[in-house]
Amino acid sequence: MGKIELLRGNYAASYGAKLSKVQVITAYPITPQTSIVEVLANCCASGELDAAFVRVESEHSAMSAAIGASAVGARVFTASGSQGLLYMAEGVHWAAGARLPIVMAIVNRALAAPWSVWTDHQDAISMRDSGWIQFFAKNNQEVLDTIIQVYKVAEDVNVCLPAMVNLDGFILSHTVMPVDIPEQEEVDDFLPPRPPGAPYELDSNNPMTYGNIADPTCYDEFRFSMHEAMQYSKKMIKKTTREFERKFGRNHGALLEEYRCTNDAEIIVFSMGTMAEEAEIAVDILRDEGIRAGSAKVRVFRPFPTEDIIRLSNGLKAILVIDRNLSFGLGGAVASEIKASLYQEKRKPFLRERVMGLGGRDVTAEIIAEEMEKTLGMVEKEEEVVIYE
Amino acid sequence: MSKLVQKFGTDEWVLPGNASCPGCSAVLALRHILKVLGKDTYLVIPASCSSVIQGVYPRTASAIPSYNVPFASAASAASGIRHALNVVGKKGTVLAFAGDGATYDIGLSTVSGAAERNEDIIYVCYDNSAYSNTGVQKSGATPIGAWTTTTPTGREGWPKDMPLIMAAHQVPYMATASVGYLNDLQRKVKEAKDIEGFRYIHILAPCTTGWLFPPSQTIKVAKMSVLTGFWILFEAERGMIRLTGPSKRLKDPSKREPLEEFLKLQDRFKDITPEQKKALQEWIDFQWTIMHWKMIEYLEKQP
Repeated sequence: MGKIELLRGNYAASYGAKLSKVQVITAYPITPQTSIVEVLANCCASGELDAAFVRVESEHSAMSAAIGASAVGARVFTASGSQGLLYMAEGVHWAAGARLPIVMAIVNRALAAPWSVWTDHQDAISMRDSGWIQFFAKNNQEVLDTIIQVYKVAEDVNVCLPAMVNLDGFILSHTVMPVDIPEQEEVDDFLPPRPPGAPYELDSNNPMTYGNIADPTCYDEFRFSMHEAMQYSKKMIKKTTREFERKFGRNHGALLEEYRCTNDAEIIVFSMGTMAEEAEIAVDILRDEGIRAGSAKVRVFRPFPTEDIIRLSNGLKAILVIDRNLSFGLGGAVASEIKASLYQEKRKPFLRERVMGLGGRDVTAEIIAEEMEKTLGMVEKEEEVVIYE
Repeated sequence: MSKLVQKFGTDEWVLPGNASCPGCSAVLALRHILKVLGKDTYLVIPASCSSVIQGVYPRTASAIPSYNVPFASAASAASGIRHALNVVGKKGTVLAFAGDGATYDIGLSTVSGAAERNEDIIYVCYDNSAYSNTGVQKSGATPIGAWTTTTPTGREGWPKDMPLIMAAHQVPYMATASVGYLNDLQRKVKEAKDIEGFRYIHILAPCTTGWLFPPSQTIKVAKMSVLTGFWILFEAERGMIRLTGPSKRLKDPSKREPLEEFLKLQDRFKDITPEQKKALQEWIDFQWTIMHWKMIEYLEKQP
């Protein structure tokens, strides 16, 4: 049993990294991420955490240093978000191609222009095709737990991919919630140190060259091996979630977390991050009114939980997808993935997508409940779907 | 047996059959650097000629662990490798081997950052004074009057003074070197190897492809760059500068070869205008003036 403390989301991320006994931390400030690395700086300074704390001069270098450190076999952590994530984008793709199990907390923040420090998922979604495993947490407990879990997934010899744990800026990062902090011994038991001699490791006793030119006869194989690893990681995520639940008694869903998604449900709302927390309250409101509603939190955006979504959509009257991101000229990213997932299905429910909460605009349970009711109303009327009003 | 071979052995860490151009001085420099640094060297290669020279997967021209990283990542990736070696308890020297594009231009902030943090790495800039790997475009290092594909009428304006920028970081050790003087280069690498903290070595690396001279002339061009005073050999500990090798006696301008002796070897200066030539000579004279000031500072600080 751990102890329960009131923690900000950022502190939960720091404690997740600390409990995972990370060995190298590369740090560069950006609002609203900064306190994650500040807490870790204190942990390193006080000796609570035996890690190298590298104060780099940019996010690009934060990722580059993380790449170098992970290549030697250290367990590496960094954190960023928004413009910072974009600035390190080159390294983000590189880390995945180099198959390095770096874990990065992303405090989701809207992108400029115009400047905004408030949350949306545009930053992380822009890294969709980078080859990173992407988790989105709905509360601070999940932030802490996911960081511990995801090292186990990322470092698996058959996965060897980096992972980002996303938390909504301010809504989680700067909001205190009760968080059960597990004991170090329990975490050690769950997550052993990164094993030496991992694949793709730099060692002068086994000198290898990594990342040199791959011509068209073999580049394709490198990329498909990433795809296979990503697909395989679904199994690892499910396995790790079960193991974690057995040990710590908490389950935030593996790839997808279901809330009141009963067999007779007529509508399910899909969302990511803190909107899922609101969506669950919305479901309660609707259930009280006699509407058979459910909520599904897409916990992992990559690899995408296609199979879970197909299973859940079976027998539904309608789906509402709320996206906190916008792919200009198309719509929300989660909605388009769900639509793609359902394309081959013979019987598809009515699907309505809404893009909401950009730049930190509040998305409350009441708003979501209203949207769900509207969606059900539209099933009969066959109205045209508009993604915003 | 030459003095060099006696000192640093016959082990080769850059393998034959690599993909460098004939007469390439970058790979020559790397070969002789690695002879000094030896087996436990972790090589970091950003986008550059070196990323091609090492060859195409699954082959490699590197007999030491080598890591390719993005263009502006050499110093930061090397920093990460250093810290991780320390925490996992492995010994070794970390060597970032980057071109002038990566050092002067796109990666300047990372080199500066690593220097300021005093990362325990050796950063080598092999300076062929252009983006040679992409087919010779002007970089921050391209000298006045030199042709590149993006300065078809010769580069105008002064290049960046990268060696003194690094000296101004007051790092534990920095030096300039030339492939024309391998003894001097290897001594400096040895010096760097034995010092802890950030070490910077800047090698002027004549490029047959970019400077347009026959592959057989590399060493001659390199030597002449020093003897004309175009390239000054010096080293600095914590910003305290002293001249080395032939540059020691070249303080006296009358001891220098005429600039023409360097320019005429290379077709990149074939169409240099008299104004550009004059500007180039003024730039060189100014470099030496700065050098004098720095040395006076140094002498004044001596006890």
